[in-house]
Amino acid sequence: MTSQPGPAASGARKSLRPAKPRWRETLGLLARNPTAAISAVLLVGIILVALFDEALAPAGPNDIDVGARLQPPSGEHLFGTDDLGRDIFSRVILGAAVSLRVGLLAVGIALVIGSVIGLLAGYYGRWVDDVLMRFMDMLFAFPAVLLAIAVLAVRGPGSGNTALAIGIVYIPIFARVTRASVLGVREEVYVRASRSVGASDFRILTRHVLPNAAPPIIVQASISLAFAVLAEAALSFLGLGTQPPNPSWGLMLAEGRGYLDLAWWLAFFPGMAIFLTVLCFNLLGDGLRDVLDPKQRTLMGSAGGENP
Amino acid sequence: MSADVLVSARGLEVHFPIRGQGLRKKGAGVLRAVDGVDLDILRGETLGLVGESGCGKSTLGNALLRLIPSTGGTVDFAGTDITKLSGRGLRELRRRAGMVFQDPFASLDPRRTVAQTVSEPLEVHGLRKGRQARAERVAELLELVGLDPAVAGRYPHEFSGGQRQRVGIARALAGEPDFLVCDEAIASLDVSVQAQVLNLLRRLQRQLGLTLLFISHDLSAVRHISDRIAVMYLGRVVEIGPAEAVGTDPQMPYTQALLSAVPLPHPALERKRKRIVLHGDVPSPSAVPSGCRFRTRCPYVFEPCDDVDPALQSVGAPGQLAACHLHGVVGTPATEPEGVTAKP
Repeated sequence: MTSQPGPAASGARKSLRPAKPRWRETLGLLARNPTAAISAVLLVGIILVALFDEALAPAGPNDIDVGARLQPPSGEHLFGTDDLGRDIFSRVILGAAVSLRVGLLAVGIALVIGSVIGLLAGYYGRWVDDVLMRFMDMLFAFPAVLLAIAVLAVRGPGSGNTALAIGIVYIPIFARVTRASVLGVREEVYVRASRSVGASDFRILTRHVLPNAAPPIIVQASISLAFAVLAEAALSFLGLGTQPPNPSWGLMLAEGRGYLDLAWWLAFFPGMAIFLTVLCFNLLGDGLRDVLDPKQRTLMGSAGGENP
Repeated sequence: MSADVLVSARGLEVHFPIRGQGLRKKGAGVLRAVDGVDLDILRGETLGLVGESGCGKSTLGNALLRLIPSTGGTVDFAGTDITKLSGRGLRELRRRAGMVFQDPFASLDPRRTVAQTVSEPLEVHGLRKGRQARAERVAELLELVGLDPAVAGRYPHEFSGGQRQRVGIARALAGEPDFLVCDEAIASLDVSVQAQVLNLLRRLQRQLGLTLLFISHDLSAVRHISDRIAVMYLGRVVEIGPAEAVGTDPQMPYTQALLSAVPLPHPALERKRKRIVLHGDVPSPSAVPSGCRFRTRCPYVFEPCDDVDPALQSVGAPGQLAACHLHGVVGTPATEPEGVTAKP
């Protein structure tokens, strides 16, 4: 009896494993995607570095030692020193905190406001859609850097205001991505089915529409984090973001530009830090998109040989 | 109206505006999906609703539950006109009347487990307090539709079409409804599974005393499950009566043609089967013919058909009604062309 496959019952009963919590299953699948897993590990590393920046930095970021200026990378100064003799390794570490904080804050602002606007516009349609999306179009029509400069001109420079400025610039992107995704989901039969059992709009939006519309938004968030880090660098480069002498990757890039032919390490290491962070966010975004699709999930699950 | 009528439609209309191109957005016409339907569904019966694609069957089913707003007429559900309900009354209707959808691959949210899907009506209507009570009720419902309660934690994509449809039925039953609309509920299933789901619906109908509106274009399935059958053509019910009478002795030429298209299982009978082949296409529901809407394809068309819109009249077996002038000219004369008349 035990070894004989039941003819009809086996179909329904073959994999009655207890359901794992969803987030653990997601993490497990993400771990099987090598690029996404490596990116996630690197990002966790970068975040840890940003959290414990003071403890990790071998020297103070603003310790000036004019005698040791423009030193190439060596055992003493891992990434060399800049035109004022400051240790670039320490400054890159402290810059991580600034860049990531600005990036996360900016995307957080854009994600929350943008996706709420997109959700309402896409779900209710008609005049709600027209009013909200025309407003988004207006915001979108401004050149991004110009809009950010305008915000910073009003609120004054600084990293908090830089985050706000970048966040505002990215709101229409999230609104559009969310709306497009919601337009597809709202016509699904399961949304009608949910309405047919009496679910309220709020319930339908939060339990059915948002979760099913989420994958493109999550991917967009991951990619936007990358762009926000770049935007922070650009604004700092222009002198509107982080103010010297505080280290930020973009600011260091700007300062190092003048020495490119003389001392390449001034711009190279902050540039690499930006490159690595942006790349990791992008690859993680791709990995998340695959994992968050439940159909993909079974394919990957069965390919991994989890089922008998 | 007698006391055992659960759902009653009078002059029900669902017209969709047709949006014109470019600047002429309004006034491009209306699509008469449901166009003056009178229908009584008796408590505890199974009413089969048949008709070809695009005749308004599904729209009618949705309008009876107010899932699509009607543009005219009334729908009475257990004594209240649901076309004017709002708020709490509408919620109560949603609990008391459920729907089983055609495509079981689309009607379940892929991101929610079977338990979450089936317990949604319980949460919405506050029918069971607490997780434990809801989980017990979900297990009960799954068992009722012939699924192992152990599958509650799994996602829809792990199931076959038939199993998914059972989940859909369990969801529709969760609110303990009186009335269930099955909108082509077996059309997307494999033939072998169709019979299982059909028998499940029949069993549930008897066990729970449900009133069922079974919408389908599959005449044999409808005859198998229904007590009465209603036939729709171009937005109107053209014949209704006991399943046996409509199935064997149809009084309306359209029903006759529809039935003659059903193949018979016995080879000798099948060889003798005479097919009534209709010519032409169904007219567009945005340009309904004057008089009898079937006259453009009817083999027996004669003089009054052009001018008089036939009403349902008693013919054949007791309880059988057909809208056809062959049984006597009864109906409203058309004073002006149908396409132009507009309701204020």
